[in-house]
Amino acid sequence: MNNGTAILSTDNLRMHFPVKGGVFQRAVAACKAVDGVSLTIMPGETLGLVGESGCGKSTLGKTISRLYEPTSGGIAFEGNELADLSRRELKPFRREIQMIFQDPYESLNPRHTVGTIIEEPFVIHKMGTRAERRQWVADLLAKVGLPESAAGRYPFEFSGGQRQRIGIARALALKPRLLICDEPVSALDVSIQSQVLNLLMDLQREMGLSYLFISHDLAVVKHISDRIAVMYLGRIVELAPAEEIYNNPVHAYTKALISAIPVPDPTYVPDRVILEGDVPTPIDPPDGCRFAPRSGTGHSPEMLETLPPFKEISSGHWVEACPVCAPAR
Amino acid sequence: MGEVEPEILLEVRDLVTAFDTDAGQLTAVDGVSFAVRRGRTLGIVGESGCGKSVTAMSIMRLLPQPMGKILAGEVLFDGRNLATVPAEDMRSIRGNRISMIFQEPMTALNPVHRIGKQICEVLTQHNDLSPDDAWQQAVEMLDKVGIPSPEIRATEYPHQLSGGMRQRVVIAIALACGPELVIADEPTTALDVTIQAQILQLINNLQRDLGMSVMLITHDLGVIAETCDEVCVMYAGRVVERAQVKELFANPRHAYTQGLLSSIPRLNGTPKSELQTIDGMVPALSELKPGCRFAPRSGREHAPELLVERQALRQISTDHWVEACPVCARG
Repeated sequence: MNNGTAILSTDNLRMHFPVKGGVFQRAVAACKAVDGVSLTIMPGETLGLVGESGCGKSTLGKTISRLYEPTSGGIAFEGNELADLSRRELKPFRREIQMIFQDPYESLNPRHTVGTIIEEPFVIHKMGTRAERRQWVADLLAKVGLPESAAGRYPFEFSGGQRQRIGIARALALKPRLLICDEPVSALDVSIQSQVLNLLMDLQREMGLSYLFISHDLAVVKHISDRIAVMYLGRIVELAPAEEIYNNPVHAYTKALISAIPVPDPTYVPDRVILEGDVPTPIDPPDGCRFAPRSGTGHSPEMLETLPPFKEISSGHWVEACPVCAPAR
Repeated sequence: MGEVEPEILLEVRDLVTAFDTDAGQLTAVDGVSFAVRRGRTLGIVGESGCGKSVTAMSIMRLLPQPMGKILAGEVLFDGRNLATVPAEDMRSIRGNRISMIFQEPMTALNPVHRIGKQICEVLTQHNDLSPDDAWQQAVEMLDKVGIPSPEIRATEYPHQLSGGMRQRVVIAIALACGPELVIADEPTTALDVTIQAQILQLINNLQRDLGMSVMLITHDLGVIAETCDEVCVMYAGRVVERAQVKELFANPRHAYTQGLLSSIPRLNGTPKSELQTIDGMVPALSELKPGCRFAPRSGREHAPELLVERQALRQISTDHWVEACPVCARG
């Protein structure tokens, strides 16, 4: 992939967790949560990341923001390699990549006022005087649509949607370039969800932000993303522009995932591919096509053993080219 | 629709349910009326705190005690008012003729009992069965809800099953006694979209085979569109609109229903376009007004008396009812 101008690119990124067992708690297996992911995010772009629980999408987000120490592979932010940096060397890059979490009830410290929560990044990075910081907090609150008086109140005094706005204000404090949004609207009601999505789109236009938008809600991802990556068991199986992936899905998993979305139109007759079984465990998954056990079609033994290549089948449309799950057109 | 509508199995009339709290008595369900017909699916849709789950708990008489109380109204099931039947009689109805599927398959099952035993429990409670017969029926139920190798699975514990499989077990327990009505409270919310598709298909198939009625509570309009015959839209403890599913989606009349339908992102929508929103948020139970409760969020001017006087649910066409606030329900 061309990553000359990308704001972020990962190269064959892996995040494996040891599974401990036995009397001595030795590593007996590896949970391959992220297993060889290469993707790029361009400036001002939203890359949607979809997949089911346990596919590794949140782990990928946390690994990119270096909350985890990657097992192998590269993470480059504007060409600077982050994967091997020490904590101190990472500090300047921490400002550039921020996260928004799913649960607005758990991601804010209940004992701090909203002002303290939003001010904290400035304190950590030793920026501004007290008066300046107070002004910045007021500006940030205004930016996310909360009154200035919110600074003196505690998180429990706010609704879910307002708390998510507080989380967004905190993430924006240091003027990051890339926001990793991990299921930012999943815990919100429909009428509040659209308010927060609009806010995210407005902020992107205003500040030129890039987003990695992680969600299991495909309609939301489709709405907000420029390109979409579909993840299954630690790997990206398909990556394409948003319209293209919905109009022209190639991989059997992408097709099943899209067809499973309930459409809010009672006259629509779904042409549904119902998948058998559940997402298998990422502990010691097969080396080859990982979707094989659920695809319902025959895979030859070598397809289960050798990793299918990630191929560009049309401009910007990439797919893990298992001959059974993603036959050439 | 030409064909004769099947008879009504459950009719809820002006149900009022309140909770005693430190802040005084809070009315969570405030005069709700609807009906479920035999063999049909009624959907109840609304946001958190609108009273949809409390309505279900009231029907099942499972309100937390002693805080929760049914203050007024009737729950007519097959001619009997469930709001007033003795607790003893209710026990023979619950799980037997009316049963419930809960949202969280992780917490709805007892973690220390084998799955088979948990199904046997409901079977022996309501039927005179020998332990062997009950076990046999439990295994058959597991087979019916699509659990592979049911004989082996029946001897396992809930933690050995995936989320989707656990929800199938919850459904097996709910359907074990062949209930006439199943109340499903957000049955697929905790599940992945591919598993949700499996479970919704399962509920649909079982309903067709067993002829039961379903009351489906959800916040997901996509699920409603796909599975329901009729829909009630609830807001702040009241039904604001009630109609056949096609009619409701094609011709929403209340401003809240319109707002909900237009604020969901659609697959065929313009990418990155501004989404419609409903301003503000759901009001707290303690600050509800007797009149039109959607007024502060509707963005439309309401005369003061509309906030004070309750507006009745008015029939505007066959099977289409709307809370008749002249501002929120104008054509």
